Amino acid sequence: MKPPPFDYHAPRDLGEALAVLAETGEHGKVLAGGQSLIPLLNMRLAAPGHLVDINRIDPLDTLTATAEGVTVGALARHSRVERSSEAAAAQPLLRQALRLVAHPVIRNRGTVVGSLVHADPAAEMPAVLALLGGSVRLARADGPAREVAAADFFTGPLESALRPGELAVSAFFPALPPRSGTAFREFARRHGDYALAGIAALVTLDEAGAVGAVKVACIGVGATPIVLDLTGVEPDAVAHAVRGRIEPEADIHASADYRRHLAGVLAARAVDEANGEARRAFDHAGR
Amino acid sequence: MTTKLFGEPVQRREDPRLLTGQGRYLDDLGPGALAAAFVRSPHAHARIRDIDVSGALDVEGLVAIYTWEDLPGRAGQPLPLLIPHPALTHGRTAYPLAKDVVRHVGEPVVMVVARDRYLAEDACALIEVDYEFLKPVVGVEEALRSGNLVHEDVPDNVGAHMVQEVPSADGRGAAEAIEAAPYSLEFRLDIERSASMPLEGRGVYARWDADDHSLRVYSSTQTSTSVRMAIAATLGLPLPKVEVIAPDVGGGFGVKIMHPWPEEILVPWAAITLGREVKWTEDRREHFISSAHERAQVQQVKVGFDGEGHVLGLDVTILHDHGAYTPYGIIVPIITSTQLLGPYRIGAYRVEFSSVYTNTVQVTPYRGAGRPQGVFCMERTMDHISRHLGLDRAAVRAANFIQPDEFPYDQGMIFQDGRPLIYDSGDYPESLRMLKELIDWDGFPARKAEAAARGRRLGIGIGCYVEGTGVGPYEGGHVQVTSDGRVHVSTGLTSQGQGHETVFAQIAASELGVPLERVSVVTGDTRRFGYAVGTFASRAAVMSGNAIALACRKVREKALRIAADALEADPRDLSITDGVVHVAGDPRASIPLATVAVLSNPLRYAFDEEAKRATQFAGGGSADRPPIEEGDEPGLEGREYYSPIRSTFASGMHAAIVETDPDTAEITILRYAVVHDCGNLINPMIVEGQIHGGVAQGVGGALYERMVYDQHGQLLNASFMDFLMPYVTEVPAVETAHLETPSPLNPLGIKGAGEAGVIPVSAVIASAVEDAEDFPIDRMPLSPSELFDLRSRHGTG
Ligand SMILES: Cc1cc2nc3c(=O)[nH]c(=O)nc-3n(C[C@H](O)[C@H](O)[C@H](O)COP(=O)(O)OP(=O)(O)OC[C@H]3O[C@@H](n4cnc5c(N)ncnc54)[C@H](O)[C@@H]3O)c2cc1C
Repeated sequence: MKPPPFDYHAPRDLGEALAVLAETGEHGKVLAGGQSLIPLLNMRLAAPGHLVDINRIDPLDTLTATAEGVTVGALARHSRVERSSEAAAAQPLLRQALRLVAHPVIRNRGTVVGSLVHADPAAEMPAVLALLGGSVRLARADGPAREVAAADFFTGPLESALRPGELAVSAFFPALPPRSGTAFREFARRHGDYALAGIAALVTLDEAGAVGAVKVACIGVGATPIVLDLTGVEPDAVAHAVRGRIEPEADIHASADYRRHLAGVLAARAVDEANGEARRAFDHAGR
Repeated sequence: MTTKLFGEPVQRREDPRLLTGQGRYLDDLGPGALAAAFVRSPHAHARIRDIDVSGALDVEGLVAIYTWEDLPGRAGQPLPLLIPHPALTHGRTAYPLAKDVVRHVGEPVVMVVARDRYLAEDACALIEVDYEFLKPVVGVEEALRSGNLVHEDVPDNVGAHMVQEVPSADGRGAAEAIEAAPYSLEFRLDIERSASMPLEGRGVYARWDADDHSLRVYSSTQTSTSVRMAIAATLGLPLPKVEVIAPDVGGGFGVKIMHPWPEEILVPWAAITLGREVKWTEDRREHFISSAHERAQVQQVKVGFDGEGHVLGLDVTILHDHGAYTPYGIIVPIITSTQLLGPYRIGAYRVEFSSVYTNTVQVTPYRGAGRPQGVFCMERTMDHISRHLGLDRAAVRAANFIQPDEFPYDQGMIFQDGRPLIYDSGDYPESLRMLKELIDWDGFPARKAEAAARGRRLGIGIGCYVEGTGVGPYEGGHVQVTSDGRVHVSTGLTSQGQGHETVFAQIAASELGVPLERVSVVTGDTRRFGYAVGTFASRAAVMSGNAIALACRKVREKALRIAADALEADPRDLSITDGVVHVAGDPRASIPLATVAVLSNPLRYAFDEEAKRATQFAGGGSADRPPIEEGDEPGLEGREYYSPIRSTFASGMHAAIVETDPDTAEITILRYAVVHDCGNLINPMIVEGQIHGGVAQGVGGALYERMVYDQHGQLLNASFMDFLMPYVTEVPAVETAHLETPSPLNPLGIKGAGEAGVIPVSAVIASAVEDAEDFPIDRMPLSPSELFDLRSRHGTG
């Protein structure tokens, strides 16, 4: 369990990092929190020729919350985003989801952007980005940065739209719309494990206070986060609706049937909770 | 005994060292040593056609590459079969490096030595082994059915077959008794694989002194003395030239009583061959695929009983999955067969097992060592009977208990130590009474109904066990009081963090009447103590504890004799308190043990001020007698051995309340209660710690852990990401109560406690989930996905 040989680069600024990434191309890998990459290296499941450690590039360690949303820099650790009350105020789903990501020690190192790029089908943050319709900003040395929408970013299990030579510099999570509420419910075998299935929910009430829009993102039941629009589905039909629109696979921890069942249970619970949050927001605004 | 330390919850003396990162584990040693790594078989069953190392030769820092062909003499022979048994007609063990056939994924094929582990692994990755695939055998039933053979010369893959039969008091065999019984049931039970999984894997570090022709080996082992003998024998070295030391060991749980591991032979051999220090530290993946697993059994049960639930006849047929080899013999299924009987006096009993080879990691004892399976079988049987008769589960158990006045109780079988299975003492009705009180057994139905009214599903479960502990043949203890008044205790068996330093010091301090701080304890170092068996079978306290007590008594007697001479008193009037010998009734007449130690060793040369008292012109001793009496020895020290006629039998009962989520099928343990009887308690806090740890492992085996092999013999979950060892968040708080029925078999009246916690957990959780769900649970472990599946099958989803 020792990694194969690699060249180690520790650029001091973004320009240098992009230059090294451009030079190393598909042989280069960004090292952020290392919580996913280092195990892959130690098990020799990945063998990049070059590691580009971005941990010394302070300008990437940013977190800004505005009325539009929350921008998370590439070096913002899970724990920083989780603890930020500004971020939680702008988009409560961030904290709701981050509490379910691994354990505190892992959140102290792991990064939100790293989690998005890593694109584990059971990871929480890709679902959050997908549900909210956020985006990832990718920079490269020989051209302008591009902003990739969540819908285009997650391309498969552990696959994202990131191209060789690119660095994800930040991710943008849109703010909570008015009269809205969110929730994240998941089921993991052990506390802090990747979930067998999980549901992020966003409910928005209309101006009269009736349920307007309902959207969920499912994790662990497909190759990428699956966003489902459940607007108009009766509360007691939510579970059924979700079960009918996913094709989970069996693995050593759970059968496909169980995952499908679980996704339904969790969706009903998450939508119910998000609905309650939305109602609270509505009442609060009304007063 | 005035310094009362035996029985006190003394804080563990090893904790400050172990908890602040100052432990010395195997990999902390020998920072400059060369590193070994292994090319291991990626296939479950294959013939090695060719090994091409040429690709690795250019790796910078490479020192050596070895294959089976390089191994000299006995090192190239199959590893020893440690515990032969007449029923093990087809015992097979592996070669240190595979000779021509590999029989499980992970079997070592090539050894690489390089400047560091990174380079060694780089070289491993460049070695090409050409394999011819053979058909793999996975799963015990498949092994009997398929016609494919793990070992060409072992028909049907059956390594051992054994039948034991104990007729009823009126002479009926089990079949007859079941036939004649008013009620009978038949069912099948399944238990899957798990493993010891210590946080520190195995590891070996060897240093060869070419000038002295001596070898020192450090191994993360549960038996340094036996590893030493195996190394000396295999490498043809004189025993006095081989030292083996177990440093701090980060957990063993059975897997490190297995020995000699291939690496325990190969690393020392490489160190000698290369004239360099060599170290190998097992990594997690290696531990999963190259060490040992346990537990997997399929059991067919037939039971006959009467209307009160008395078992009149029991017939159990066990298929035991032994993996690819049987180096530890058939101890595990023997323990299952015998300990299955638990605290019960049953009618006729017949047990038959077949130990079956499969192309998977070998099976050797893991904490509990066959007992969890046996207890699962018996306790599931008790629950089946209760359910069938509509009787209270605790009452059915009570109806079958051996009563307190029936000890010693002979179960009529032969136990794992080759001796009769005779229980020495116990009080099972009292244990059950305490347990029912602790968990509020009688109040549970109301609680369950109340929860049900709020849409919650609760269930309560119970499990009882008897554990033969402290198996022989022997252990020894050496105690020396030096002239500074310090007490040095050593014993040959090893420690893996259980608290031996503390309890052995408590025993010595109590016996000798010295402050605890003055006692130091060394375990598992053959330089200090050469004769020992090892740490397993909950035997350390019973075996070494008693040996140390006996050695202390010898030292104490000598100390009193010498002190009596010096004080001109009768030894019978003397006592030792706080390290000072006093004359009863005369507070001024006393002599420190330190001085007694000086006087015990007649000197020619005064090496310090105190020592002057023992020199020839100091005026001590009679001119008519030799300075050392015949039969006496210089020094205040003693060595004693404890060798019991047979094992002592600890017991316990567990109960749990679980909640199952009607929607997600999540299983949550709300309460977990343990009543435990290990005879006299040396240190109740340490016993509780052992129970907590055991229960944690039991919860792992019941709800989380399994070894998932696919049909090709690939272990699909060989990492902590997918092998779900429970975290602290998954382990319930454990409530304990102690009962103390002393063992009449040993001077301290103690029984073993090390494995207790793990033994009944699967049975207890199955019992509780069954109660919550109202359908039988016959297979463990149980995941939420499987519970969901069971609900669908029983139409209760
Ligand atoms: C025990 C354990 C449990 C976990 N449980 C969960 C869980 O429940 N849910 C969950 O979501 N995650 C979980 N994780 C993963 C954790 O969240 C990781 O931190 C995260 O997946 C990756 O973040 P990182 O910063 O550590 O990335 P790294 O490990 O450094 O990198 C991961 C991948 O992303 C790439 N990458 C990282 N940053 C960038 C960037 N800025 N630009 C381009 N490429 C980049 C790397 O090259 C690499 O391929 C767990 C991890 C562990 C060890």
